[in-house]
Amino acid sequence: MTFKMTASALAIAAVSATAAAARDNVQVAGSSTVLPYASIVAEVFGDNTDFPTPVVESGGSSAGLKRFCEGVGENTIDVANASRQIRPAEVEACAANGVTDIIEVRIGYDGIVFASQQTGPAFAAFEPADIYNAIGAKVMKDGALVDNTYATWADFNADLPAVEVAMFIPGTKHGTREVFEEKVLLPGCEATGAMAAMIAGGMSEDDAEDACLDVRTDGKSVDIDGDYTETLARIDANPNGIGVFGLAFFENNQDKLKVATMSGVAPSTESIATGEYPVSRPLFFYVKKAHIGVIPGLKEFAQFFVSDELAGPTGPLANYGLVSDPELAAVQQIVADEVTLSSGM
Amino acid sequence: MTDATLHDGQPAPRKSSLHQLDALTKKRNAAESRFKAYGIVAILIGLFFLVVLTVTIVRSGIPAFTQTVVAVEFTLTQEQFDDAESKLMKTGAYQDYFIAAMEGKLAERGIEMDFDPAAIERLLGKIGSNLREHYRANPGDLGRPVSFELSASSRVDGYFNGRVTRDTLVESRFLMLSDLDLVDALSDAGLLKQAFNWNFITGADSGVDNPGGAGIGASVVGSFFMMLVVLVLSLPIGVAASIYLEEFAPKNRFTDLIEVNISNLAAVPSIVFGILGLAVFIQFMHLPQSAPLVGGLVLTLMTLPTIIISTRASLKAVPPSIRDAALGVGASKMQAVFHHVLPLAMPGILTGTIIGLAQALGETAPLLLIGMVGFVARGYPDGFLDGFVEPNSAMPAQIYTWAARSDVAFYDKAWGGIIVLLVFLLAMNFVAIVLRRRFERRW
Repeated sequence: MTFKMTASALAIAAVSATAAAARDNVQVAGSSTVLPYASIVAEVFGDNTDFPTPVVESGGSSAGLKRFCEGVGENTIDVANASRQIRPAEVEACAANGVTDIIEVRIGYDGIVFASQQTGPAFAAFEPADIYNAIGAKVMKDGALVDNTYATWADFNADLPAVEVAMFIPGTKHGTREVFEEKVLLPGCEATGAMAAMIAGGMSEDDAEDACLDVRTDGKSVDIDGDYTETLARIDANPNGIGVFGLAFFENNQDKLKVATMSGVAPSTESIATGEYPVSRPLFFYVKKAHIGVIPGLKEFAQFFVSDELAGPTGPLANYGLVSDPELAAVQQIVADEVTLSSGM
Repeated sequence: MTDATLHDGQPAPRKSSLHQLDALTKKRNAAESRFKAYGIVAILIGLFFLVVLTVTIVRSGIPAFTQTVVAVEFTLTQEQFDDAESKLMKTGAYQDYFIAAMEGKLAERGIEMDFDPAAIERLLGKIGSNLREHYRANPGDLGRPVSFELSASSRVDGYFNGRVTRDTLVESRFLMLSDLDLVDALSDAGLLKQAFNWNFITGADSGVDNPGGAGIGASVVGSFFMMLVVLVLSLPIGVAASIYLEEFAPKNRFTDLIEVNISNLAAVPSIVFGILGLAVFIQFMHLPQSAPLVGGLVLTLMTLPTIIISTRASLKAVPPSIRDAALGVGASKMQAVFHHVLPLAMPGILTGTIIGLAQALGETAPLLLIGMVGFVARGYPDGFLDGFVEPNSAMPAQIYTWAARSDVAFYDKAWGGIIVLLVFLLAMNFVAIVLRRRFERRW
């Protein structure tokens, strides 16, 4: 009897699910770097408005944008978070599926820091060249380009501790890896002269740039495909380990980690905002304009996200570690006017 | 035995006695006791890990169930309420009023210490939403003092349970060393105290900057609705399929093929079912994302083979004499199965079902793809039917999400969540055991 009732209730639920067309919550997916900020905004949005709390999923920038571009409709997501700008190929893929009007919203900047165990060896200052020498696949040694056999940091920079090289870098599926390659490995490759040597050795410039991004595979550089918590666990277990973290994560774990300067600049919200600290990147989210007015609260959520109270320099996002966008007012205007990528460009 | 020494030149037959252990018997006995010892060692190792695991889980999970609260009386006037409600960030405005009131309260109590509103803000959790909720639900409380117990920040919490100490604290905008003096003073004045964290059991997920507000309640409800879907779908389908295959189906190539496929299906990694769920249920059938209904459907696919295999095994275990007797007194085949075989197989079916459900309960991978992992903090569904379609998380997904967050306080929550998950599992097993007892019959 009761069994029959639950069964029929379930059947009704299944029917009503397909019938009840209007999804009433905003659905967000994408970068795991943006996820913390989006979850803060989502919670406050649910607390402060009469709209239901948006659902924010993780999964990476590329995965998020892919789902974003699947089409228009309630079974697709409304907002994609990304720790990098959308690529032309992705805009095309979107357009092919009917997602033509995309609003790009920059929420602020995130710094990428190099940190080691609080009580470990004194890693205080890095140059991109140091990182490249530590983990690049091919490095300059005695004026010749050779396979990387450096065992300790002191082998290539006497100012660094003579401890074994052990770096934990973000895996290739992370948006962070791209920034790491672009802002650290590539400049390091150029600074050590490895790139010039590769080009002199007959490589084209593009090939040399690609070769610069290769990391050694003898176990001294480890790709971390999981979250920063995994990197932290590795650092915890290895006193000589250097990990790549987001600024917010580092600030939340300062009792375990100490940070090194990069090119002589210590990472902080200030040094990132001014652009002094070299390894930083903008964070974005993308809104499907076709869903505004269909999904209740979508535009309100986007506006709420970039409001001064949240994304401003004293808001909860900045308090968590986001570097506030100096041009926030312009971003607010973009959201208010629903300026899409094509019309904006 | 005959005396063998009589015959010279012939090899003497082996002398042995049942009373006297010969070398081979000794060897065999030794092998047996060795084997027993291995078994005991294996069990002891298993027990050891079980104990270590339980102790670790309980010890790490207990902090999640308590929390440091600020217990103060607070008065909010109608004007302040109107002012806060007119702002965009209403909860922030409530928090500011509270901090101002608390400053006054500290001066009143004669706590002579250097502090500023920022210090108080660092000590408090995200309390704005609690205040707003209270005054919106009880407008009558406006203008008169109400005592609140509001959560302190995760770092203050950590200071009390030993995670943060004066030696290890690195000053940051989250907590300064001087704040700890204030914490001690507040604690002495009785304004800060430990309380049971009901919100952890009843609440929903919170933003990454608010570990104090995080609760597992909503995801328990999500898991419950998922398990309901799994049970209601997989038990009848699974049992019907196995009865047909076992009792009625002709033995031929086709049924063999089905059998092999079911066995293979049981070994398919669960993430595959997640992709299937995304493609079929969400993209093709347009069922809502992040809904326990879809999660339940995906997990049903995963649970079905387990239930079918165990049901068939328990049907096979019913002695053929029972069927023969039933058929012999004139029962139809269907009557024989439903009146006699099925009731006897019921305990085995229930065991299989509970194993399948337990597996499904702990599954995270397929939920990743259908949007149940991430930040899902809708709170409780509005009604029974809404429970199936409103976005919700599930317990393992919630635990996974917490474990990956940067604030270590969430790590405690993850352990606490594991305790709740295990309690839920034990409750499920308990129901199954009670049912099995009731159905158990001997022949």
